[in-house]
Amino acid sequence: MDKMILTADDSASVRQMVAFTLKGAGYQVIEASDGEDALSKLDGSPVHMVITDLNMPRLDGIGLIKKVRSNTKYRFIPIIMLTTESQASKKQEGRKAGATGWIVKPFKPDQLLAVVKKVLR
Amino acid sequence: MEQDQGLERGKSVFFEEASELLSELEDSLLELEDAPDDQELIGSVFRAMHTIKGSGAMFGFDAVSSFTHEVETVFDLVRAGTIPVTKQLIDLTLAARDQIMAMLDAARSGKPVDDEIADGITSALRTLLPQAGVENETDPGHMAKVDEGVPESSTEEENSYRIRFRPELEIFSTGSNPLHLLNELSELGQCRIIAQTDALPTIHEMDPEACYVYWDIVLTTSKGINAIRDVFIFVEDTSELHIEVIDKPEATGGETETGYKKLGEILVERGDVRPEDLAKALESQKRIGEVLVEQELVNPAKIQSALEEQKYVRTVRKKRKAKGALSSIRVASPKLDQLVNLVGELVTVQARLSQVAVSRNDPQLIFLAEEVERLTGELRENTMSIRMLPIGTTFSKFRRLVRDLARDLGKEVTMTTEGAETELDKTVIEKLNDPLVHLIRNSIDHGIEPPDVREAAGKSREGTVHLSAVHSGAHVLIRISDDGAGIDPEVIRTKAMEKGLISPDMEMTDKEIFSILFTPGFSTAKTVSNVSGRGVGMDVVKTNIESLRGTIDLTSEKGKGTTVTLKLPLTLAIIEGLLARIGDEHYVLPLSTVEECIELASRDGDGAGRRRLANIRGEIIPYIHLREQFRIEGERPDIEQIVVTRVDGDRIGLVVDEVIGEQQTVIKTMGRLCNGLREISGATILGDGTVALILDVPNLIHGAVTG
Repeated sequence: MDKMILTADDSASVRQMVAFTLKGAGYQVIEASDGEDALSKLDGSPVHMVITDLNMPRLDGIGLIKKVRSNTKYRFIPIIMLTTESQASKKQEGRKAGATGWIVKPFKPDQLLAVVKKVLR
Repeated sequence: MEQDQGLERGKSVFFEEASELLSELEDSLLELEDAPDDQELIGSVFRAMHTIKGSGAMFGFDAVSSFTHEVETVFDLVRAGTIPVTKQLIDLTLAARDQIMAMLDAARSGKPVDDEIADGITSALRTLLPQAGVENETDPGHMAKVDEGVPESSTEEENSYRIRFRPELEIFSTGSNPLHLLNELSELGQCRIIAQTDALPTIHEMDPEACYVYWDIVLTTSKGINAIRDVFIFVEDTSELHIEVIDKPEATGGETETGYKKLGEILVERGDVRPEDLAKALESQKRIGEVLVEQELVNPAKIQSALEEQKYVRTVRKKRKAKGALSSIRVASPKLDQLVNLVGELVTVQARLSQVAVSRNDPQLIFLAEEVERLTGELRENTMSIRMLPIGTTFSKFRRLVRDLARDLGKEVTMTTEGAETELDKTVIEKLNDPLVHLIRNSIDHGIEPPDVREAAGKSREGTVHLSAVHSGAHVLIRISDDGAGIDPEVIRTKAMEKGLISPDMEMTDKEIFSILFTPGFSTAKTVSNVSGRGVGMDVVKTNIESLRGTIDLTSEKGKGTTVTLKLPLTLAIIEGLLARIGDEHYVLPLSTVEECIELASRDGDGAGRRRLANIRGEIIPYIHLREQFRIEGERPDIEQIVVTRVDGDRIGLVVDEVIGEQQTVIKTMGRLCNGLREISGATILGDGTVALILDVPNLIHGAVTG
């Protein structure tokens, strides 16, 4: 069965690139435009991994991570943060909230795949 | 390629998205001018900048990205309350917005853009920053690209590392799986992983969602320490991670040779034992590990782990040394053959010497004879080992064959090998090539199905041909197995009936049916391909293998695959034989075919000229009377012996007058005069100088059955 990955980003272009890259590698992708959207879509189908931007309207990435971690169904799934902020503080905050790892934007498709493979195996 | 397409499509989406964002940005900025404290507005300005920066960089608009970064930096501080919203700020940001728009237009149309305006805005924005705010990257052009990815620095050298990885208790709650990390680590090179479980609490205190286990790993890799750190990149800051180099190539040599640190040293280095405790423990004469455990200075698992490290590094060093010492000399093979012949002569003479010594009953002579026997044995083994070659080179030759065949037939096939280091006599390896080629061809042509058929059958599209070699006593078993369609016994049966090889009412086991495959002229391929299916093949393979004194066996399960097992002697020059006597004649039966020797109880059912049956512990075994078969004159002794052999899975007895015993047999080929004698594979000279014939058991039985 192909693994299902949910990607949350308010930028359609980034979302599209992520989705295209992952689909090309054989993953199934659900797209969400912000944290709230992601949460509602998580309920729909079994998701194996979440890739989320940090800065999003309505519910931001950190909030999304916290919410996902408090959901019994998704407590242990890998969550990767996409961020342009290479400051340690944001990364730390995300880690504390329960993120598995991070990718610093800009990234190349193969770098994204390397990280996905690393945490999803 | 697909990714490039994705990039192109992404770019056009980005342009649309950016212009939308920029017009929203304009609105937000104008509103902000009226409500400078509105956090939501500030947030949306920041987010817009943030998105344009991130996406812009992703799609290669570095200038846009780095310029936007300047604005974002300022607004990050506005958001944090460090910089107030002023008219100057709004003006600058609006100017910046226009500049971004212009840059994007320029990027879309390929026109140049005026950098001076951007530079002006940038420097003006920077004046707004407090001095301390410069801690953010001031040069966004050099933003850290990605901290993940394939490490580029890889040292050529293979170092060994000692790693202790102790994840935080809550590691699972961050979605990380330590097992994945260990697996990833083991992909870097050869490694040994030992789990430490001493932190496990009692079951009452245990939180099932916590990770109490930690790991000691010894890893040998040429990828360098950064590659190891990269494995742990996401957990590095929350886990305890120690990585140390414990072995480098240049460390070998000197006095330590292939040795390694003492157990105590390792434990101290790892911080598992304090140096003063070690010193104390060393005072007693007992083994250091036991003392430390007894005194509860360290738990047994830690000792175990340190011992593993010791063993591991020693092995690595030994291997490296062996590699370095793998200097060899080339010797012409005729010289080698001559050496083997001479050793053969020596073995014969030694056998005579032993016999003479025993008959003279002279202790001194017997002592000498025994010494010579020992030395001859060693010499023989050594000489034989010179002729031994690993079968791996032959295996690897087949990779190309598999690849080309698969391509020609439109199939997807991978070849896996096992036991490539298994050694076989050079002559055997040489003669093995053709049969193996044939068997591999069969596997790919008849066995492995086309990818679509496989998929439909619920298998992976890619078929596998597995070659393995293992030692089994004085033999090597070579298996060629595939996960293809297998052989349908019914198809063989029908075909065999068509060809008149069997009669329709014959009852046969699957095994017997498969043995038809080895009959000359039998082929079931529907069409003759240029790969196989001409009907010459399996019988030739069988003949080839038997000429090497080996046997061939085929098992198959319909839909699952086929395995052909070749059983080959390690060497052709000297065999373990069973010496038997009939009248005054001596015969040697290859011990590999012999299962047991029993007295032939009675002559029940001893009808002349027919095949006889013996009842051995309730099992009916047909036997051949060799005295009769070889037409040897003379009286039959009252008690005869039956040597039970196994050929092609069947047990068949050979009756002789007397079984004398085991015998190292140097095989002498017979002259051309005896070419037609299929029952005899050679001769050997016995200790007393007489000649014994070596029986070719499979041929002998085959001849007796058909003749």
